[in-house]
Amino acid sequence: MPQSLFEKVWAAHTVRRLADGQTQLLVGTHLIHEVTSPQAFGMLRDLGLKVLMPHRTFATVDHIVPTDQFSEPFADPMADAMIKELRRNCAEFGITFFDRATGKQGIVHIVGPEQGITQPGMTIACGDSHTSTHGAFGAIAFGIGTTQIRDVLATQTMALGALKVRRINVRGRLRPGVYAKDVILHIIRTLGVNGGTGFAYEYGGEVFDRFSMEERMTVCNMSIEGGARAGYVNPDETTFAYLKGRPYAPKGAAWDRAVDRWRAVASDPGCRYDDVVELDAADIAPTVTWGINPGQGLSITENIPDPAKAGAADEKAAIEEALAHMKLRAGAPIKGTRIDVAFLGSCTNGRLSDFQEVARHLKGRRVARGVKAIAVPGSQGVALLCEELGIDKVFRDSGFEWRAAGCSMCLAMNPDKLVGDQLCASSSNRNFKGRQGSPTGRTILMSPLMVAAAAVSGHVADAREVFELPL
Amino acid sequence: MPLAKITQVSGRGVYVAGNDLDTDRIIPARYLKCITFDGLGEFLFIDARRNPDGTDRRHALNDPRFKGAAILLSGANFGCGSSREHAPQAIQKAGFRAVVAEGFAEIFFGNSTAIGLPCLVASREDIASIAAAIDADPGLELTIDIAAGEILLGGRKFKAATRAAARDALVNGRWDPIGELLEGVGQVSGLAQTMEYLRQ
Repeated sequence: MPQSLFEKVWAAHTVRRLADGQTQLLVGTHLIHEVTSPQAFGMLRDLGLKVLMPHRTFATVDHIVPTDQFSEPFADPMADAMIKELRRNCAEFGITFFDRATGKQGIVHIVGPEQGITQPGMTIACGDSHTSTHGAFGAIAFGIGTTQIRDVLATQTMALGALKVRRINVRGRLRPGVYAKDVILHIIRTLGVNGGTGFAYEYGGEVFDRFSMEERMTVCNMSIEGGARAGYVNPDETTFAYLKGRPYAPKGAAWDRAVDRWRAVASDPGCRYDDVVELDAADIAPTVTWGINPGQGLSITENIPDPAKAGAADEKAAIEEALAHMKLRAGAPIKGTRIDVAFLGSCTNGRLSDFQEVARHLKGRRVARGVKAIAVPGSQGVALLCEELGIDKVFRDSGFEWRAAGCSMCLAMNPDKLVGDQLCASSSNRNFKGRQGSPTGRTILMSPLMVAAAAVSGHVADAREVFELPL
Repeated sequence: MPLAKITQVSGRGVYVAGNDLDTDRIIPARYLKCITFDGLGEFLFIDARRNPDGTDRRHALNDPRFKGAAILLSGANFGCGSSREHAPQAIQKAGFRAVVAEGFAEIFFGNSTAIGLPCLVASREDIASIAAAIDADPGLELTIDIAAGEILLGGRKFKAATRAAARDALVNGRWDPIGELLEGVGQVSGLAQTMEYLRQ
C-alpha cells in the first residue's frame, strides 16, 4: 500500500505501543538549547539517570545571547547562569555543544541544517516549537516540552500519538516580490491558527518543487503557527544537493546508501492523505499581519478589517482586541502604517538567502530617519558567509546595525527589545502581545524584503513599489 | 515512585476570558530566564495583570474573590504558540490543578498532561454558564470527574472531556511517561541498529 513520508518515518521509529495507546517513538536526533533544557537535566539528576545517546544529542545557545557583545560574563546574570548551566550539562553528559567559541553557534533550527545534522527520514525533537523547520528536509520534527526533553535525554524516546497528514499543494508560480514567508502567512490566514491541530502538514506542488531548502525551511518553520505540530516537504534533488559535503552528512559509499534511503522515504504516489488543500500561487501577494496572531494577515494592498463588518461576535471581539493593541484604525490601509523598528532575522528568516535577497535591493538605499533597523544573522555560519560576500557592508551602509547571531528580537530574551508601544516590522514568526519584549510593543510580520521596504520608507510599504520590482 | 491517580479535581474556579491565549501571554519570554521552574506562578498572565508602572490591572486573577481558585477556565485554542513547558508550569505553580477550555493547542496539552495538569474541553455555552455561576458566587465548588468526563457544579452537570489517552494516563497514574518509557529502553538500541544513521 502506498504510504506517506509521515507514515514511513513513524513506523520506522516506533519502539512499541504504550498502555494508554500512544506510541513510544525513537527520536533519532535531539537538539537542545539553554532555555528549555536546564530543568530537564535537573529532573534527570533527580532520577539518577544518564543521557542514553549523547552522540545523537546536539546543543547550541541562541535565545539569551546578546547580539552586540561577545565578551562574558553577560551583563544579565540570569542569561549568564543559563549559558554556564548548558556548558556544565553538556560537559557532564558528553554532548556536542556548538558554543560561541566554535564559530558554529546560532539559532538551533539554523545550526542543525547548516551542519548537515538534519537529514531526510529522521525523527527530530527539540524543546522549541519551531522545530518543525527541520521538516523541510523530509524529517518528522517535533517541538517538545521540558518533561519530554527529560524523556528523550533518558530514553531517546518519547510518548506521542500519531498525527493525521494534510497535504497542502501550492500550484503555479509565485509573482515577483512574493516569498516563502508570504506563502506560509497566506496558508495560516487561510486555514487558521488552529486549523492544523492534530495534523502534520505535507507541503508540495510546483512552488515547493522550485523552492530552495532555505525557502522550504521558512514555510515549515511556521507550521506550528497554524497549529500543526509538524510540517514537511518530501526530499528531492534540492535536498540532497544542500546536504552534500556538510560536516555531519554521510560520506563516500555511505552517502550513496543514504540518498537511496532518502529517495525511498518520500511519500509514495497515490498515498492516502487525511485532508488535501489546493492553493494557487497567483493568489498570494506580499502578506503582512495586522493583529496579534499570525493568522491575522492581509495582503499589502488590503485594508485593515473593520469589526463592524465582522460576521460572528467572536470574530468581532478578536478584531477589536487586536486593533486596540495594535493601535490601528479599522478600514484604513495597512500600507503607510508608521514603524519604529525593523528587525531582520530569526529562525524563520535569518538565513543567507534572506540577507542576500534584501542586500540585492537595499544597496544604495538608506534606512528612514527615526527607524531603528537591526539585521541579525541566524548563525555564526550565516554571519561569516554574509561578511565574505560583503552583505554586512550593504546593511551597515544603509543604516542597519549588523549584529551577532542569535534569536534576538524575535522573542527578546536578550537585550534586544521593543520599548513601550514601538511598532516593529519583523521577519520573525510571532506577533503575540508582548512577544518582542515590551508588553505594549507591536509587531507586524512580513518577509525580509518587506522589512527592508518598511525600514527605508519609515512605514509599512509594498516592497514591489519601493524596490521597483517588475510586476 | 508511583504516580498519583488523578481521577477527580475539586476546587473553586476562575474564568480568564479570551480565545487564542498564547504562551507568551501565559508567561512572557522575559520570565523564562531561569534554570528551575520554581517561582513561575507569580508571573502567570503577568502582562495582562500588571501595568508597566507596576500597578494592577483589572484581571480575574487579580480579583480577590477568586483567590485560591484551583480550576482555570478559558476560551478556544488555549496555550497556542511556543512549546515552553513554563506555561503549564506557571499555571500549576500558581495553584491550579486543572484547566477547562473550549480547546487546547497540541504541545500545551501534552506538556500539561505530562506534569499531571488535566486539560478538559467543554463547550462554549457550558463554560459561559459555569463562568456566570462562579461570578455570581465565587465560593462555589466545582468537581471535575475525569473518568466520567463531567464537571459537577451545584446540582448541575456539564460535559468536559479529555482525549482518551490523556484520560487513561491521568486516572491510572501514568501521566508522567518516564517509567513506561524506561521499561521500553531495552528495545531502543535494537531498533536503532536497524537504521544506519543511528548506528554508532
